[in-house]
Amino acid sequence: MESHIISTLVEDRPGVLQKVTGLFTRRGFNIDSITVGESETEQLARMVFVVNGDIKILEQVTKQLNKLVDVIKVRSLSPEITIRRELCLVKVKVENEQKRGEIIQLTDIFKGNILDVGENSLTVEITGNPSKINSFISLLKGFGIRKIAKTGSTALERDIKS
Amino acid sequence: MMGGEAIIKALKEEGTDVIFGYPGGQILPFYDMIYESDLRHILVRHEQSATHAADGYARASGKVGVCVTTSGPGATNMITGIATANIDSSPVVAISGQVTTELIGNDAFQEVDMIGITMPITKHNYQPNTPEEIPSIIKKSFEIASTGRPGPIVIDVPKNVQEGELKYYKKDLFQTPGYNPNLKGNIKQIRKAVELIKSSKKPVILAGGGVIIADASNELKKFSDLINAPVTTTMMGKGSYPEEEDKTLGMIGMHGRKAANLSIEECDCLIAIGSRFADRTSCSLDNFNHAKIVHIDVDPAEIGKNIDIDIPIVGDGKHVLKSLISLIEEEKLNFSDTWIKRAIRMKTDYYPKMSYDDYPLKPQQVIKEISEVLNDDTIITTDVGQNQMWMAHYFNTNKPRKFISSGGLGTMGFGFPAAIGAKVASPGSDVLTVTGDGGFLMVCQDLATIKEYDLPIIICLFENRTLGMVYQWQELFYAKRFSHSKLGEFPDFIKLAESFGINGEHVEKVGETKNALKTAIKSGEPILLSIVIDKSEALPMVPPGCRLSEFHGDYKTEDI
Repeated sequence: MESHIISTLVEDRPGVLQKVTGLFTRRGFNIDSITVGESETEQLARMVFVVNGDIKILEQVTKQLNKLVDVIKVRSLSPEITIRRELCLVKVKVENEQKRGEIIQLTDIFKGNILDVGENSLTVEITGNPSKINSFISLLKGFGIRKIAKTGSTALERDIKS
Repeated sequence: MMGGEAIIKALKEEGTDVIFGYPGGQILPFYDMIYESDLRHILVRHEQSATHAADGYARASGKVGVCVTTSGPGATNMITGIATANIDSSPVVAISGQVTTELIGNDAFQEVDMIGITMPITKHNYQPNTPEEIPSIIKKSFEIASTGRPGPIVIDVPKNVQEGELKYYKKDLFQTPGYNPNLKGNIKQIRKAVELIKSSKKPVILAGGGVIIADASNELKKFSDLINAPVTTTMMGKGSYPEEEDKTLGMIGMHGRKAANLSIEECDCLIAIGSRFADRTSCSLDNFNHAKIVHIDVDPAEIGKNIDIDIPIVGDGKHVLKSLISLIEEEKLNFSDTWIKRAIRMKTDYYPKMSYDDYPLKPQQVIKEISEVLNDDTIITTDVGQNQMWMAHYFNTNKPRKFISSGGLGTMGFGFPAAIGAKVASPGSDVLTVTGDGGFLMVCQDLATIKEYDLPIIICLFENRTLGMVYQWQELFYAKRFSHSKLGEFPDFIKLAESFGINGEHVEKVGETKNALKTAIKSGEPILLSIVIDKSEALPMVPPGCRLSEFHGDYKTEDI
């Protein structure tokens, strides 16, 4: 099954998120992630979904979303021109000074930030596309990961230069 | 002006002349305000009946039907009716009372999350937070309920909002930029459809409920005449084209007419208008015919949802048919009549057998007698199950909005309260409801309503003391293990009717239905006919998953 990114502009009102997620449940669509936040227009929010399924399912998801009165615009983003980012916070164990250095070095390579330094832990912030984040996490596994908090993907399409 | 008065004023401004409802605690302020208003209110005897009546009103008139109940249990009793209206695209505005805004979320007495509960079964829903929002919400609700693909709207009104004073009365507080139904249809797609129709040898039209909703019966007739195509319908499309005419082959589907089902199998181009290709229509989504399919629907999500479509056209039946007609007329195209002649012959050859002199009565004979007495303007409502499918299969409906039935949801108990709504909408038409002993008992309390409001509805209760459709499936598919489908001897329906002050009559023999109906129509009073029919009589049917031509058992045809 392919994964698709759908970007929607919705009315920023209570209940809208429930309407949208309720629709996914009812129609049996599979959501990998949702992110919601303010958009460029006041009173409108942008919701970005990552959905699993074939083209037929993608078409139904888009059409059903479009039917909701609170949904203003629905777009399925073309993967080849889409910029996709997730934010991930990882709290990782620090056993000794040497390990601390290694983690800081890895964080630098991945252009992450150290947000908190504890006696026995470091909290690291990293943003990127899912594969970057996954490889960062797998590198940290050897140190011992205490907690992970991740957002889903949010995305925009690039302007295509003609 | 208080919130409740604003509801009344706004409803009247939208053209509402009657509401169906049932009072209770959290809707009391509103009921106090209609006490002296000139808005007509019909007190039903169960909230579910209020929604079905509003739905029946909407389907008979094409106008928005309105129902009102209290919060909590009153509101949840509306759910079945709202879901019924939703899947059959009926414009209903359902108003529920709600606990005061400061109590919402506290699990107050008779509080229920009506907005949350009705999200998946409404086109949209609203909860006004201030009295000022009411006029705009009502205006938007009517607009959304009745345009595009119609559907129900819930307005959940907290008690303090009903009682609060409006600082101003404005109807344009909300915009709905996300709601833009496309009616016209893309002209390029319509041209493609014309090309396809031109190249086809055996076109067939499938008219769904969307044709009736779009008021496109005249266009449908003109179009089918132009291209020489026979017309079949879904159950919801019954009446979109006069079924008595030669080239209407009737309803298709699991319980469709043989000629109609065969024509779908044989056609090389299917033009479907306002139909969802529901499983009861297509029987098998995989084995559905392999003709080229043009699908016209105002709801883009229906196109390609169930079956793959060659030429999708998003638009309503009336607009798109008009464009098709004018393109075909412009090109001065002529279509051969070989196929239509063959289709008409099929209709004659496979016309279902209606005449029986058996005892106990066969439902076909009863329906034949019903047809002989009624005129084309009579509104028929049915319940759900065998009574419904017998009517859909054997009864010829000749005008739109004259056959009202719960299609998608298959709601037992729909027919009788829907008849109440239909009668209120069209007091000048005869209204007859065909029901069964199972479904009628679910809503029989509303005999009180038709007595009190003097609504002369004719109830034809097909009495076989079984849940007929369940019984038939158990007979065919569950080794005759009739688990809980026999209803026993009680009640005595005549005595039941009489206890509400309504006359009842037993019908057992050939000819008695006809006579009883004639008397009933003349009397102008409500009546219940308890018509004892043969419980072993089964419906023609195509088992689920089979091709439309694969009828189970014999298909009995009329000897002509």
